[in-house]
Amino acid sequence: MIGSPRSWREKPQRYRYEAGKCSGCSKIFFPPRLVCDACGSKTFETQVLAQTGVVETFTIIEVAPSGFTDEAPYAVGIIKLDDGVKVTAQIADCKPEELKLGDKVRLEFRKVTEDGASGILHYGYKFVLA
Amino acid sequence: MRDVAVIGVGMNKWGELWNDSHRTIWTDAALKAIEDAGVDRVDSMYVGCMSGGLFVGQEHLGAMLADQLGMGPIPGTRVESACASGGLAFRLAYMEVASGMSDIVLASGVEKMTDVDGAAATYALSTAADQEYECFHGITFPGLYAMMARVHMSRYGTTQKQLAEVAAKNHANGSLNPNAQFPMKVTAEQVMNSPAVADPLRLLDCSPITDGAAAAILVPLDKVKEFTKNTPVRIAASAHATDTMALHDRGDIAAIESTARAAEKAYAQAGIGPKDLSFCEVHDCFTISEIMAIEALGLVEKGQGGAAAESGLTALSGKMPVNPSGGLKSKGHPVGATGVAQVYEIVNQLRGNSDKRQIKDAHWALAQNMGGTGASSLVHIFERLS
Amino acid sequence: MDVGIVGYGAYVPRHRIKVEEIAKVWGADAPTYKKGLMLGEKSVPSPDQDVITMSVEAARHALTRSGIDANKIGAIYIGSESHPYAVKPSGTIVADAIGATPNIHCADMEFACKAGTEGMFVAMSLVKAGEMDYALGIGADTSQGAPGDALEYSAAAGAAAFIMGKEKVLAVCEHTHAHMTDTPDFWRREYQHYPRHAGRFTGEPAYFDHVVPCGRGLLEKSGTTPKDFQWAVFHQPNGKFPMRAGKKLGFSTEQMKQGWLAPILGNTYSGSSPMGLSAVLDVAKPGDRIFMVSYGSGSGSDGFIFRVTDEIAKVQKAAPQTREQLEDNPIYIDYGTYAKYRGKIRMLED
Ligand SMILES: [Zn+2]
Repeated sequence: MIGSPRSWREKPQRYRYEAGKCSGCSKIFFPPRLVCDACGSKTFETQVLAQTGVVETFTIIEVAPSGFTDEAPYAVGIIKLDDGVKVTAQIADCKPEELKLGDKVRLEFRKVTEDGASGILHYGYKFVLA
Repeated sequence: MRDVAVIGVGMNKWGELWNDSHRTIWTDAALKAIEDAGVDRVDSMYVGCMSGGLFVGQEHLGAMLADQLGMGPIPGTRVESACASGGLAFRLAYMEVASGMSDIVLASGVEKMTDVDGAAATYALSTAADQEYECFHGITFPGLYAMMARVHMSRYGTTQKQLAEVAAKNHANGSLNPNAQFPMKVTAEQVMNSPAVADPLRLLDCSPITDGAAAAILVPLDKVKEFTKNTPVRIAASAHATDTMALHDRGDIAAIESTARAAEKAYAQAGIGPKDLSFCEVHDCFTISEIMAIEALGLVEKGQGGAAAESGLTALSGKMPVNPSGGLKSKGHPVGATGVAQVYEIVNQLRGNSDKRQIKDAHWALAQNMGGTGASSLVHIFERLS
Repeated sequence: MDVGIVGYGAYVPRHRIKVEEIAKVWGADAPTYKKGLMLGEKSVPSPDQDVITMSVEAARHALTRSGIDANKIGAIYIGSESHPYAVKPSGTIVADAIGATPNIHCADMEFACKAGTEGMFVAMSLVKAGEMDYALGIGADTSQGAPGDALEYSAAAGAAAFIMGKEKVLAVCEHTHAHMTDTPDFWRREYQHYPRHAGRFTGEPAYFDHVVPCGRGLLEKSGTTPKDFQWAVFHQPNGKFPMRAGKKLGFSTEQMKQGWLAPILGNTYSGSSPMGLSAVLDVAKPGDRIFMVSYGSGSGSDGFIFRVTDEIAKVQKAAPQTREQLEDNPIYIDYGTYAKYRGKIRMLED
């Protein structure tokens, strides 16, 4: 159960993929942070993440946590986006046995999970093979 | 800073302890440590527990367990650092004694994990990863380590069989440990043929869900004789390091950088190097974890961890025994207790009390305990005193 | 003032189920559905796809083609009979996801299969009235047919989105017409999981007696004949009905086949004729005229005549095309997977 406030607060990242780009050294943080770990700067500008990238690593979840059991088996990977930022997300619509390291992927907007049968729906990013 | 020694340790038989509650499991281990040390008081106590709230609906454990121990007014501190909670509790107890603030301090860890069902336990454990940017996407802990394993396999040629050999070795060691939850021997083939959990990790690549506790009594080295007749074990180093919370933010996702950093500090404190160690207890929450841990500790070259179990290097009879206790894999992994149970094994080994799994002439030993995917690591080094 | 479509996009889920696979489970006669209703297979949404996710993807494709900033969009209307929430708008989520909030008017629409063209109709009218520069109309559905019911062979998933505007128009809307009566041929009561229908009553008095008169009205109003059009698109509850309605109005197979998606897509309800229109826009040439009539049970039809402009060529390949999504890389699933994906299996309750 995630609930409305926690879900709503993450909208800029989950719906629009907004990251914070450090004004000091240009490092991109996703989600945005208050202080840059590279240069110590505290000023950032909003930058939208690249929406294509490559599969840096992945797993096939066979034993799924609650909220995801109806999709198992499913792939989750770490995607290195074209802007260098890395994110963890599902790789949807793929046959697990066909997925390889280095595969090119692009982002799609999907429902990620839901708060049971009567709670709110949580949308966000997943990736599909490009 | 004073030199600090461990003079007593306690733990219980781990497993699915249906008849025992969180409080009784912990109290039993704490009493055993006090009895083993032979002390008649404790000045302060630390309890490592990852999630009393999610596993048994109980927080405020410092006070509750001090009360259960019948030590009412003493300071009781609960420590949380996910699966490294026990290691961190031990470090804080060490710091309290080293600083001169207290003389007899109890370090302990406990987790009662089987009062909730598998889904709830999985959820509780997942809180050790980034909830909004990892777990939100349906990743599990086996899944996170599986992603590390895949990179390790792809980059260094580590094989599924090499992963399985870690489990086979640890179960062989655990079969000699009367406290182990799963003391049965398994073959690498059985591990490889067990059900897939998160590819490439299979069920027998994963440590289990366990109820259990462990405790240790720490005192200043120069006062040992005041409190006990036991042979003390000196804490030669205590180090702690952190890394990014989310695995995807790491520069290298097939390495445990926090362990490497903590180890570097610990070796410097102890004035020894990895080659001087007689054996290690490492955090094998998954088979790949042991492989990456022994690389981070410098026991083998980076990328060579896979071959270590397969070649027998890390076997009980090998040149560098790793997890003589059976590790998390066979002994069990009550998350908050794990880091302290490593100390239990090391103290018994250095005292020569480990029966069939006794490592001969052990002098230096290291414990590595980590939280999450290695966002925090504790490394302690111990020395036998004659 | 020329008002019309300035950007369009469609979204088709990758999963498909064949008519034979469904017929096998219910002991039904597959040829009846294949030849009789001209249905071969249909799209199936995966558990992570719904009206909102498909609308976001279709809207993003439309934005790409339009080249406009999302914050210039003044309204968003999503027509669907399968909005994920019974209470709580789909439109706000889509608007936030495409970056069109907060200065935007939003409404979710429902009119069985006609809700999509309804959204397009209202969006276009607001631009025409000068209330806003751009408005987005979307038709999307992940419709359910009761297990074993005839609708199970057709109820599919997909979305199409159209940004209406008056600058750089790709397809000018020259005429509209609408035709409504109260005709209870298909419905779903509040709290019911599956819709019901009135069997053969859904044909003549319902579908045909709204689509055909709406089409005639549109031809009359515009002073055109079928020969004036390169393309015609009708609502597609199956493969057979739109072809029959089109022929009755005097259109040829040649004019209809590009937008005739039902045989390989199924009935995407509110997305049906809008997706057909998107498939036509993918190949239309400047100067082409498109004739379009939707249908929604209950019942009513919206008719549109579009004239394609020179702008079209620049954008056709700027985003994924409809038939390309339909034909590339389908993933065929069995009935068990389909039943799991569509929530047809009774699960243990929390
Ligand atoms: Zn910076």
